[in-house]
Amino acid sequence: MIKADNLGKKFDDFVAVHDLSLNVGEGELLALLGPNGAGKTTTVRMLSSILKPTTGRAWVNGYDVVMEPAAVRRSIGMLTEQPGLYLRMTGMEYLEFYGRLYSLKDKQIHERGMALFERFNMADASHRRLGQYSKGMRQKVGLIRTMLHDPAVLLLDEPTSAMDPHSAKLVRDAIREMRADKRSFILCTHNLAEAEALADRIAIIKRGSIVAEGSSQELKTQLLGQPQVEIRVDQRLNGEVKELADLVAVEWVGENGLRYRTDTPEKDNPILVRRLGELGLGIISVQEVTQSLEDVYLRVVADEKESKFNEVAQ
Amino acid sequence: MTLAVLKNPIPVTRHDLYMSMVLARREVKDTFRDWRILTPIIMLTLLFPALMNFTAGRMLDFVSDYGAEIIATQMIPFLLLVVGFFPMSFSLIIALEAFVGEKERKSLEPLLATPLTDAQLYLGKMVAVLVLPLLSAYLGMTVYVLGLYFSIGYSPPAQLFAQAIMLTTVQGIIMVSAAVVVSSQTTSVRGANLLASFIIVPMALLIQAEAAALFWGNHFGLWWLFLALAITAVVLIRMGLHLFNREEMMGRDLDQIRLGWIMIQFRDRFTGKWENGRYPNPFRWYKQTFAIIPQLGKGFSILLAAFAGAMVMGIILANIYTLPPHLQAEFSSENITANLSELEFMLGDLPRLIFTQNVRVVILAALLGTFTFGVLAVLIFMLPWVLVGFAAGQIYLAGDDPILFLAGTILPHALIELPALLLAMAAALRWHITVIAPPPNTTLGEAFIAACADFGRIFVGLVIPMLFLAAYVEAYVTPQVLFALYGG
Repeated sequence: MIKADNLGKKFDDFVAVHDLSLNVGEGELLALLGPNGAGKTTTVRMLSSILKPTTGRAWVNGYDVVMEPAAVRRSIGMLTEQPGLYLRMTGMEYLEFYGRLYSLKDKQIHERGMALFERFNMADASHRRLGQYSKGMRQKVGLIRTMLHDPAVLLLDEPTSAMDPHSAKLVRDAIREMRADKRSFILCTHNLAEAEALADRIAIIKRGSIVAEGSSQELKTQLLGQPQVEIRVDQRLNGEVKELADLVAVEWVGENGLRYRTDTPEKDNPILVRRLGELGLGIISVQEVTQSLEDVYLRVVADEKESKFNEVAQ
Repeated sequence: MTLAVLKNPIPVTRHDLYMSMVLARREVKDTFRDWRILTPIIMLTLLFPALMNFTAGRMLDFVSDYGAEIIATQMIPFLLLVVGFFPMSFSLIIALEAFVGEKERKSLEPLLATPLTDAQLYLGKMVAVLVLPLLSAYLGMTVYVLGLYFSIGYSPPAQLFAQAIMLTTVQGIIMVSAAVVVSSQTTSVRGANLLASFIIVPMALLIQAEAAALFWGNHFGLWWLFLALAITAVVLIRMGLHLFNREEMMGRDLDQIRLGWIMIQFRDRFTGKWENGRYPNPFRWYKQTFAIIPQLGKGFSILLAAFAGAMVMGIILANIYTLPPHLQAEFSSENITANLSELEFMLGDLPRLIFTQNVRVVILAALLGTFTFGVLAVLIFMLPWVLVGFAAGQIYLAGDDPILFLAGTILPHALIELPALLLAMAAALRWHITVIAPPPNTTLGEAFIAACADFGRIFVGLVIPMLFLAAYVEAYVTPQVLFALYGG
């Protein structure tokens, strides 16, 4: 559905995107993460045929973004970070305008528009001026606009920013439903929990290139290593840890517990538990220490900041 | 340039028109809901013409006391143009709002992500921006004319009314199409407003030209003015169609002059480093410079036509304004050789004077051309040839041989000087008109700097040496040829 090969974009002497490749299949959602200015917006603009790539090629819904821009734009629904509404129009007038640009019949626009307004709990606001909407409502209208023509591909930039938790959940549910209906998504967000909850794969962009890509779990393993295992015991630990050194790499020892990593947890964990029992310790719990996507993201971004700091220091 | 416009994809299909009108309808509706635009337009449409009626009536009464009705009768048509222009001037404000304002409010990007083509977007916005000011201008002019008819019994001649309508319309189109160009180069309404002075000042001058034509009573001259404005409008629309595209609009986040980048671009292009990242040797540099010449074809054609036109114009002017015999005698062979002999005392300095004068003229023409799409550059290039044609015409009328005159006074150094000037002016013209339609995949800035650097290469590498040589030929060889031909 969305494919990019070695995509690059240069503005005069500034390289915004460099050698970026990605692939998003039918019904798949790829989350693009990255610090501000990393190249997410430029990538989305190239995929929506707004900007022409300087290098590389990309296809959306089977159409070449440079050769068939009109077909590409008919296939996509794009939500920008700021919805950019016409505040003197009513919600329905706004949809009428966009619906006509997608060559929808007025009847279709009204039926589909009202259904979407109802879905996002805004039916009573459809005939109010957009200027009277709250920030979250404006974001929802933007989203309704992107869904109005039932596009095969949705490119969403911070779709739930400024929304209350309930509205955000409605949006996430809508995205899940559309995915089930074989729609493909690219989601640019700083909301890591949302990315983790919705995305099949996550790509982290840094300085215009994808530096890490995979499922949430794959990224954690790739960047943070195997998860830590924490064991809590019923007594104070007094030198028993030394007895485990030949088995696993213990990384932290507390009064009543320890943490370690192992590449073969299925083999090592039972042995470890048995050995602790032999040492007279009662096992209260054995669990993986949660590794968050935030840790992954910060690891990537921190690398950048550290190297910048080192450059300056040198 | 006009033909180039016709070759470009201007929306013509029903679907294109439909899409443009969807956009235009929304914009017009939006404008009608904005009291900040609506209130002054209503005032200018209804109150201002009434004020002008009152002014015209008072003035007519006043000047009649002194038997100077002619002042009022010339003033009344001018006020008609003013009445039309005032509401029309709002098109500039609406245009800047519609183009760059939308960019600033972030509502442009969702629009650009729709199937609308750049041309549909351009047409839709043009129509939207023009509708309200044009309607109010027409209405205002009608109110003014009706007011005059009922108050003092004056009705303008049909030609004048048609001219006023057409001039007002074309002025609106110019302002809007210029506003598009300005908008495409800025990211904020503030920035666009600052650049709008480049539109307002020429428009103010235009109003003065219209006033002069009307006070002079030269109503036919207004047709020429209309023609010039129509051509300008076509050029600006062409430019707007080229610049109003997604890449130009979204590929820029800040209005800033990056002097460093400009200098590097210019340096790399001028020195030839752009080719492979290394400074070329002089032989290679000249090879690159010669490679620019085939790209100057359009400029050469325009300049050769201008050259021929200037000579013909000079001859025609000589026929119209024939000099009295004592002045014609100045062109006699005796006088020419005598005058030349008087120059002998400054012969040592003559090549430098000729050379610096020619270089100054080329630089001045090149600089003035940047503000006028090359028009002033071409006019400056034409000026000496009009004089040459004029002098040759006078010589012919005095019974002397103009060919002999040209062969003796112009030809020897013109053989070098004319190609040098043609080269310089063609390169300058290419630089001036590159903004109208930059090459594909190039931004306006890049194209402008590259063409400027190319002009610099031609000027420094070829034109200056040729002008230097021509100055020596003019100082030392031409007089000898002249003496040989005329004797003395």
